[in-house]
Amino acid sequence: MAKYSLKINGKTQQIDVDPSTPILWVLRDHLNLPGTKFGCGMAMCGACTVHLDGNAVRSCSLPVSAVGKSSITTIEGLSAKADHPVQKAWLEHDVAQCGYCQSGQIMSASALLKSNPNPTDEEIDAYMSGNICRCGTYLRIKEAIKTAAKK
Amino acid sequence: MQTQSRRSFLKASALSGGGFMLGISFLSSFKPLGKPLEATQITNLPLDFNEINGFVKITADNIIKIMSPNPEGGQGVKTSMPMIVAEELDVDFSKIIIEQADLDTKHFTRQFIGGSQAIHQGWQSLRTAGATARQMLREAAAKTWNVPVEEISTELGVLYHKNSGKSAKYGDMATAAAQIPVPKDVKLKNVKDFKIIGKSKRNVDLEKIVTGKPLFGIDTRKEGMLIAMIVHPPAMGLKFKAIQNDAAIKKMKGIKDVFHIKIFNDGYERTFFDTNQFNEVVAIVGNSTWEVMQAKKALKIDWQEAEAYAENRNMMGRKTVLNIPAGLENSADHATKFAERMAQGGTVRRKDGDIETAFKNATKVIERTYNVPFLAHNCMEPMNFFAHVTDEKAELSGPLQKPEFTEQALSARLGMPLEKIDIKMTRLGGGFGRRSYAHWLIEAALVSQKVKAPVKLIYTREDDMTAGIYRPSYSAKYRAALDVNNNLIGFHVKVGGMPQSPLAANRFPAGAIDNYLAEDFMIDTNITVGSYRAPHSNFMAAAEQSFLDEIAEAVGKDPITFRLDLLKRAKENPVGKNNDYEPERFAKVLELVKEKSNWESIKTSKKLGFSAYFCHDSYAAHILDLEMKEGSPIINKVWCAIDCGIVVNPTAAKNMAEGGIVDALGAAMYGKMSFTKGVPDVNNFHNYRMIRHNEAPKQIEIHFVENTIDPTGMGEPAYPPVYAALANALYKATGKRLYNQPFGESL
Repeated sequence: MAKYSLKINGKTQQIDVDPSTPILWVLRDHLNLPGTKFGCGMAMCGACTVHLDGNAVRSCSLPVSAVGKSSITTIEGLSAKADHPVQKAWLEHDVAQCGYCQSGQIMSASALLKSNPNPTDEEIDAYMSGNICRCGTYLRIKEAIKTAAKK
Repeated sequence: MQTQSRRSFLKASALSGGGFMLGISFLSSFKPLGKPLEATQITNLPLDFNEINGFVKITADNIIKIMSPNPEGGQGVKTSMPMIVAEELDVDFSKIIIEQADLDTKHFTRQFIGGSQAIHQGWQSLRTAGATARQMLREAAAKTWNVPVEEISTELGVLYHKNSGKSAKYGDMATAAAQIPVPKDVKLKNVKDFKIIGKSKRNVDLEKIVTGKPLFGIDTRKEGMLIAMIVHPPAMGLKFKAIQNDAAIKKMKGIKDVFHIKIFNDGYERTFFDTNQFNEVVAIVGNSTWEVMQAKKALKIDWQEAEAYAENRNMMGRKTVLNIPAGLENSADHATKFAERMAQGGTVRRKDGDIETAFKNATKVIERTYNVPFLAHNCMEPMNFFAHVTDEKAELSGPLQKPEFTEQALSARLGMPLEKIDIKMTRLGGGFGRRSYAHWLIEAALVSQKVKAPVKLIYTREDDMTAGIYRPSYSAKYRAALDVNNNLIGFHVKVGGMPQSPLAANRFPAGAIDNYLAEDFMIDTNITVGSYRAPHSNFMAAAEQSFLDEIAEAVGKDPITFRLDLLKRAKENPVGKNNDYEPERFAKVLELVKEKSNWESIKTSKKLGFSAYFCHDSYAAHILDLEMKEGSPIINKVWCAIDCGIVVNPTAAKNMAEGGIVDALGAAMYGKMSFTKGVPDVNNFHNYRMIRHNEAPKQIEIHFVENTIDPTGMGEPAYPPVYAALANALYKATGKRLYNQPFGESL
């Protein structure tokens, strides 16, 4: 076990866990932030996507010991009132079916638009292909990303 | 499933703080009409209430709440079912409160997901409930204002008496309405007057979804809660023998306990949904998920080969014995077994005309065999459940599709009466049939009972994918007899499943061909199977619609025209009496998708695949346009036409159809569970390929046949025809017919 001081959603949080513990489980089990989802545990589905200094990372494969001073943003910290342009676009396009993968999709999409504010369809495909949606809402996700890009 | 006739339907009662509540039973005596709906007069409502499965509450301070009884797993019922009530109640949909009901077998019925039936079965009773509540409010207002009830109108939750200028909110009259006897007659709206039904309403949980609120079972968090995981045998056909290193595991940091559990007792008569691959598993319990995962890796267990056994089953009253063979099965051997069994006779399920003579007289016979592997459900939210079992009661919470049945199984296993068991339903992170078999709920309960603490049991992705219960593996042989004029004079389908048959003998093209034979067979396996988004239909549609495409080509006809001609025959001069589709409605979706895609003008320039199917009471037809790029298909567009009667919530219905298309394309191209010596060859998303963003169609266009027929299934019907639309388009693009799924392996 080791003590870590983590910057999460703008707040510094202290935790005492094994250094190998993935950020996903730190968030879900220790910090009561369950919006980040467990899907595969091997960075293959994207359900656990968070931002590390603004970049999309798969938190299931990011050990707490590797975070250092970087700041983490989760779906809970993306906006105060569901008013991030990506969240608003998701509402506008009625994107979700079961909804389980959507926080990961939104975290990927918001990181994409931060680095590439006006992506082409191919760029969206390439960036978003790490996020599986079992219900098959990919077309709505793409439309929502394009809507958010305009804002 | 048999639709039960229930005499009870509605009951009104006063709320303690003022206001009233109207209970609804969906499985009422109303059968879906299945014909164009007039402004229906429902008479003689039976009133000997004893069960409800949804309710409307209106409080004195005008809070209108509609409880949504069915589990929500992305199919949208939590939005669409209350929309139907709100339509007839005449309220502002944006102002009502919608809540998920708990499992409550005393008051609710049919609280489950399955068979695309929620809206189909609930339609009449939901409407009648809304209309009845409105009628009672009107009568209360008439009585209060001392005016004839006919003069009371309503608009968006307000009662009006135009002549006197009086008005009142529903809440103002709710307490008085509780005293009004439930009316025997209630008039439903004319379809053309609908204001809510047919207008898109956003998923009521969407804001919570996009902000990461804890909606899902896996998000459950309770005071003192421990985390549990299971370890199941690594191969189908193996069973538990002994734990080797439990003492060492228990010493690991954060680990509380490790022990063996048996899910169903020996001799227990299993019901429809009591399927599990491994009846004995090892549970590990600890403080946190990561600690338990580490212990899981370190745990060493001895396994042994399971013997063959017979499982007593009670399938909704039908008693059967399921034979489970011993052995470590290989997918390669399955293919051999299918081929051997295919060469023998099947059980004849339907025979029209003289099939032997038709084939004897044929100038040309086309024979093709289609094969598909087992498929895993791969819900994005891995299987999980929360349980807190004490000597007094059992509290459970999580995602499942058939709570009523699972509660009975748990009651039997714990020896605890149903009234001491409380199951709360969380939003499902996907179901697709997998969550109908909630053995993990029982596992969670047994673990909680043993460790005497609240427990959340979670499957890893590997546990989830390798724990059995798959879409069965199937094989079908189709034969067509053509005469000298290229008329289809004989049609023969022989189909087998491992271990279930997918045949629906009375479906198209039965009824359209004079000489027709449908037979089937089953092959035992120790690999468990279960529901899977139209499990049988998705294979039958794939095989049959690929085969019809090939016949159309052989006879030199346009594939849509070829099918329309068959449907014309089935309508004008049907063969046999039990054809389970309406040819006219079926033909309409073909014509609609043909028109919307501009088929005639693009069919020679583009690589198009056509397919159509009827299942779950709805009709769907697709045209798929693709091109090949570096050996892989790029799907440019899918046009889809559906007849599911009245579309309650267009945005959700379109979402279901779009999702069904994407999902089916993924399963058709890549989906495969195979086995070597009983061990699944794949176990996570690095080797079980799922369709991803870049492989989805670039565009999907959904068109609904506009009619006023009572709504039918929407969760499944758009899914089955996709497979053959893809296969037929791939043929156009590559010149190669594909008979074995996943198609990706043959490209």
